[in-house]
Amino acid sequence: TRECLLTNAHAHTNISQAARQKNSDTFSCGLYTWRWKCSSAVTPRITSHYTICPRDKDPRWEGVEMERFADEADVVIVGGGPAGLSAAIRLKQLANEQEKELRVCLVEKASQIGAHTLSGACLEPSALNELFSDWKERGAPLNTPVTEDVFSLLTKKYRIPVPMLPGLPMNNHGNYIVRLGHFVRWLGEQAEELGVEIYPGYAAAEVLFHEDGSVKGIATNDVGIAKDGSPKDVFERGMELHAKVTLFGEGCHGHLAKQLYRQFNLRENCEPQTYAIGLKEVWLIDEKKWRPGRVEHSVGWPLNRNTYGGSFLYHLNEGEPLVALGVVVGLDYTNPYLSPFREFQRWKHHPFIAKTLEGGNRIAYGARALNEGGYQCLPKVTFPGGMLIGCSPGFMNVPKIKGTHTAMKSGMLAAEAIFPKVTAKDLASETAGLHVPEYEDNLKKSWIWKELYSVRNIRPSFHSYFGLYGGMVYTGVFYWILRGKEPWTLKHAGLDSAQLRPAKECTAIEYPKPDGKLSFDLLSSVALSGTNHEGDQPPHLTLKDDSVPVANNLAIYDGPEQRFCPAGVYEYVPLETGEGMRLQINAQNCVHCKTCDIKDPSQNINWVVPEGSGGPAYNGM
Amino acid sequence: MSRVLVGVKRVIDYAVKIRVKPDHSGVVTDGVKHSMNPFCEIAVEEAVKLKEKKFIKEVVAVSCGPTQVTETIRTALAMGCDRGIHVEVSGKDYEAMGPLQISKIFAALAKKEEASLVILGKQAIDDDCNQTGQMTAALLDWPQGTFASEVTIDGEKVKVVREIDGGLETIKISMPAVLTADLRLNTPRYATLPNIMKAKKKKIANMKPADLGVDEPPTRLAGVKVETVDDLVAKLKANGTI
Repeated sequence: TRECLLTNAHAHTNISQAARQKNSDTFSCGLYTWRWKCSSAVTPRITSHYTICPRDKDPRWEGVEMERFADEADVVIVGGGPAGLSAAIRLKQLANEQEKELRVCLVEKASQIGAHTLSGACLEPSALNELFSDWKERGAPLNTPVTEDVFSLLTKKYRIPVPMLPGLPMNNHGNYIVRLGHFVRWLGEQAEELGVEIYPGYAAAEVLFHEDGSVKGIATNDVGIAKDGSPKDVFERGMELHAKVTLFGEGCHGHLAKQLYRQFNLRENCEPQTYAIGLKEVWLIDEKKWRPGRVEHSVGWPLNRNTYGGSFLYHLNEGEPLVALGVVVGLDYTNPYLSPFREFQRWKHHPFIAKTLEGGNRIAYGARALNEGGYQCLPKVTFPGGMLIGCSPGFMNVPKIKGTHTAMKSGMLAAEAIFPKVTAKDLASETAGLHVPEYEDNLKKSWIWKELYSVRNIRPSFHSYFGLYGGMVYTGVFYWILRGKEPWTLKHAGLDSAQLRPAKECTAIEYPKPDGKLSFDLLSSVALSGTNHEGDQPPHLTLKDDSVPVANNLAIYDGPEQRFCPAGVYEYVPLETGEGMRLQINAQNCVHCKTCDIKDPSQNINWVVPEGSGGPAYNGM
Repeated sequence: MSRVLVGVKRVIDYAVKIRVKPDHSGVVTDGVKHSMNPFCEIAVEEAVKLKEKKFIKEVVAVSCGPTQVTETIRTALAMGCDRGIHVEVSGKDYEAMGPLQISKIFAALAKKEEASLVILGKQAIDDDCNQTGQMTAALLDWPQGTFASEVTIDGEKVKVVREIDGGLETIKISMPAVLTADLRLNTPRYATLPNIMKAKKKKIANMKPADLGVDEPPTRLAGVKVETVDDLVAKLKANGTI
């Protein structure tokens, strides 16, 4: 019944009051079964993860040993991407220079460093030059300097060239086309050589706190929990890693960062972050069409002028005729019938793109959310016991579509701020976990801040009636001439999840069927990402309320998660018992892009980390 | 006293799509996600279980291949093996290596380490050969319990329940013996982080096949097609095979 659904949503708060009065044993079992019984009458149970269904009152967990093994390090870093690895490397460089001992531990949920990394990418080597001035001798995989830079405005059949004047943010002179996954793998090797302890295959699942509220460290994921939430024979608790300072470099929309924003109120003085989804493929093309070093960007078709987005196509120079290509779609789109994946597939049929791909073979696919907020959305990045680095708080330069150099620099600045404090004889801290506000000060004085400030108005300039064209005019006039010195700061449109219009107000989009040569279906694409997860574990796409998808997302927005998920995780299928639909979550397909957590109009989906080493197996994406 | 040798193979992860190299010389392995062969995981688990039940004293994990296989040996150590042996084979030699050469290496090691049991996975998921266990037993002239779905130690003998085409077969073989693990033998435990950290302190010995008296794999000769069965028999008689 509807009342049941409404009270179910508030079950936790109301019941907990009553529980204190009633006999807690019988009631706590009751809480577990009451919620289940109530929901199965209308909605079959979907979520069994312990973050939603707590284990301390669950009878199946009685008597299970929940003690965790704990270890101490000086600094713990969550996430083995450009930011985390640069921070680790910088810390060890300083430690070796000053002959001080420093234990740096880095945990990464992917099975190997680089396996969850996905980006275009055109790397600006500024931060790398600062980190390793001898990166070439060390064999950093920057093999493709940019030789040509082409920008187009696409219409359905034609292409309007846009001059790539020097000074425009998209200009790539001096940059390198890289396979970021390989670059990150190389960074990992450098870090290990310097003595960083890297543990791939172990996800940080929980933030640990001292009594005084400061961050104590993290705990890795538990293993061996069955799909229904009960412990298996092989169940083992995760491990606790304690540190003086913990760096969170989870990338765009990290799940622990989401918690920290609430815990420490880090977002009270900034706008809510806005995002885009990037889908990418790597193709082996016909040698005759291969032009190593060529960078192509486009805007326009197939997206309409009010949907932010664009495409990229980069010709790599690493022996084989490889191109990396993809489409980025702003997640502030309003039409729930839009499918970023299918926009990507149909974009490849445009004559200007198709001519490069014809006769070629697709060898990789993947997707990831990225930040679009820039300067206006930067939160507070330090708190007692920890700090946020990289794309997690979000230092991406949106018009340049580059975030790697700023992520690396933020990691390096964090390391430089932490090092003196963490190696000082007298820790002199008010809180048990070290607070290092100097990191934020250093950021504000660095080139990251200047860069982000100068491009702060470009993305929001797309929010007018003129959409794309307004944005291009704004960039051409204000950025190219004034370099961001205009005295005003435009605002974004608000939370991405609040932008969807009800389905009945929008027209469904007719997408062409994939032809199997240039465009492909979703499931064969997901197979190419190499993604996999242990099947018998609770789905890590957790729902705060199992009944909301059908009641809200499907009813009002026609289930947009079926379309925005680039891996086919969400499906609305008919109920076995006849009338009605239910949400089926194919958690094994997940490529860890985080789009669902961002775009869900009900904000009911909470992405948590699955068992470590699950997820995509990207190779040089 | 009682020592068990467990073989572990580093293979391309089962969920990854295989891509053939453009020059057709093999499959792309560089940067591709690899993991321990699932049947080897089951073999390691069985060996560690036997140690926990106190039937054996020491479990030694062995792998043959380039430097990267040490990661696989570390995972085996994290699951409970006591020490590791890395038989180094790389490059062209590694690509040419097959079950016969591996079996020779294992046979030599089994004798050297005075193992009472050699436990292997029944087959590797990349070549699906299903030959190494059987060849190792033959070279050592030891009994073999292959496709094991249940292993019980009974004094000096091992009772093995084997999964065969017709159903289940129970045999009793004397030790020393070679066992190969099938899917339903056990559910492997996870290699948890504290164990991985402890495994970093466990020893992995490094050696080459030549140290064990094993030569390089011979170059593979081209085959010959025949038209009839009589031709086949004649050819086999001619080269002395029968």
